[in-house]
Amino acid sequence: MSACVTFDDLTLGYNSHPAVHHLNGVVAKGSLTAIVGANGSGKSTLMKGIVGVLRPMAGACKVAPDVSLAYLPQQSELDRSFPARVVDLVTLGLWPRRGLLGRYRSQDRETVTKALSAVGMEGFEKRPIDTLSGGQLQRALFARVLVQDADMILLDEPFNAIDARTITDLIALIKRWHGEKRTIMVVVHDLDLVRQHFPEALLLARQPIAWGDARKTLAPENLLRARQFHEAWDENAPWCAPEKAHNHYNPAHVDSHGHVVHASHNGAA
Amino acid sequence: MLALFNYVIAPFVEFAFMQRALAGALMLSVSACPVGVFLMLRRMSLTGDAMAHAILPGAAAGFLLYGLQIVPMTIGGLIAGIAVAIGAGTVARLTIQKEDASMAAFYLISLSLGVLMVSMRGSSVDLMHVLFGTVLALNNDALTLIGLVAALTLGILAIFWRALVAECLDPLFLRSVSRLGSPVHFIFLGLVVVNLVAGFQALGTLLSVGLMILPAAAARFWTQRVEIMCLLAIVLGMLSSVCGLLLSYHASLPSGPAIILSAGVAYLASVVASPRGVLLTRRQRMAHRTA
Repeated sequence: MSACVTFDDLTLGYNSHPAVHHLNGVVAKGSLTAIVGANGSGKSTLMKGIVGVLRPMAGACKVAPDVSLAYLPQQSELDRSFPARVVDLVTLGLWPRRGLLGRYRSQDRETVTKALSAVGMEGFEKRPIDTLSGGQLQRALFARVLVQDADMILLDEPFNAIDARTITDLIALIKRWHGEKRTIMVVVHDLDLVRQHFPEALLLARQPIAWGDARKTLAPENLLRARQFHEAWDENAPWCAPEKAHNHYNPAHVDSHGHVVHASHNGAA
Repeated sequence: MLALFNYVIAPFVEFAFMQRALAGALMLSVSACPVGVFLMLRRMSLTGDAMAHAILPGAAAGFLLYGLQIVPMTIGGLIAGIAVAIGAGTVARLTIQKEDASMAAFYLISLSLGVLMVSMRGSSVDLMHVLFGTVLALNNDALTLIGLVAALTLGILAIFWRALVAECLDPLFLRSVSRLGSPVHFIFLGLVVVNLVAGFQALGTLLSVGLMILPAAAARFWTQRVEIMCLLAIVLGMLSSVCGLLLSYHASLPSGPAIILSAGVAYLASVVASPRGVLLTRRQRMAHRTA
């Protein structure tokens, strides 16, 4: 099993305060992982670190060289008042293939149409994006991810404020991607959903609490440990010294898939 | 029919200065209006206004050193505008301060410098010329400059169109698939500066932003597609140029304000009468469909 992403003592954060603290481990190619944790526990930050829009404060996050990424952020930066149609939004997903100047071909238009029907949005091509409901917009964004046709897919809280039927459809799509051997990481808050549909989970509370088989990761004692972390920054927190970093967090070893789950340097692959 | 010809066509046929003015204003419309559409869609309409003020010290420096000559004033304006754009953009991207605040700070510094420099020379006629321009006195140099700027603008818009749209619609997505996000923003700000500088000979530093924003703001009411919005803005800008020049000719009004006021009329008419304007959106509320 080869590595898709390798975290090497990765620390990510803002203003010298860590949001993800000393994360080690490997995301295997073809794995489907839920990222779980309280608000402020570093889930979105970790995604930004993998995508590369946020640089590590320490350590490294290495994405395997031939891996293409698709990233669905929490919706905040999409300008819904922009005069675009659903088809324009989904067509953005062709960027990795066509780039800035590549001409769109007839098969590209077909790809977009197929993606829209795969998310149950056929007939919505010409609708302006400011007329879509939250669920419809999320479906359209999933269609864009489909069009991107990436090896690794990162979804940041894709099920927020989404109704049950849409969640079922989107989960089916995620499982289809999993079947196609793509590597998928999803930030999820609904633990039952994780237990039901995700083989693996990473429980974050700034530091990694547990990582591995989803049901074991979400065991009560791990959730209790995750709950004990303090979301607020301590403005005067002491500086994290290198030698201290080695062993001040110890995630539970719930490794049923045979890949390394360690907080200490020495064991990390 | 003949009366119409005399009124609308004859001024442009008879007088070379009217032909030059028309050529300059039409080229400015082609170039500045699509830039204005993106400025508006990025919620940076007032940034255009700020930039127009920011080029003043550069133009003033050129004017102080070389008198009322187009090349030094243009180069000075370009340098001042680009310095302010880069300064404000850099502060916005590197710190927590948003671009509106950093832009306001930089343009105010620049504007006060400019006023200081113009007042050192001290002739108010010259100051009026820099502030308000004279489209009726465009010489060959000015027309060449406007033509070059129009060609450059259209070329860059064509090349970076996809990135520009993506940067407006979903900037984080663009950053996740490409490194063009920041460069495209600065290239766009550069286009704004270049077009303002091209416009200030004809319309003055204060009003050159008018031909950029008003047709774009008017076009926003008529369509939901960016491409069509840009074309419509160009058409509206051209119509405003023709109407404004005729108004200026027949009523002996200053040409710059006449052009911008014509564009203003197009804007107000769009606000009231367009499909997405005040009247029709109110009327539709009375009746609704079943689904």
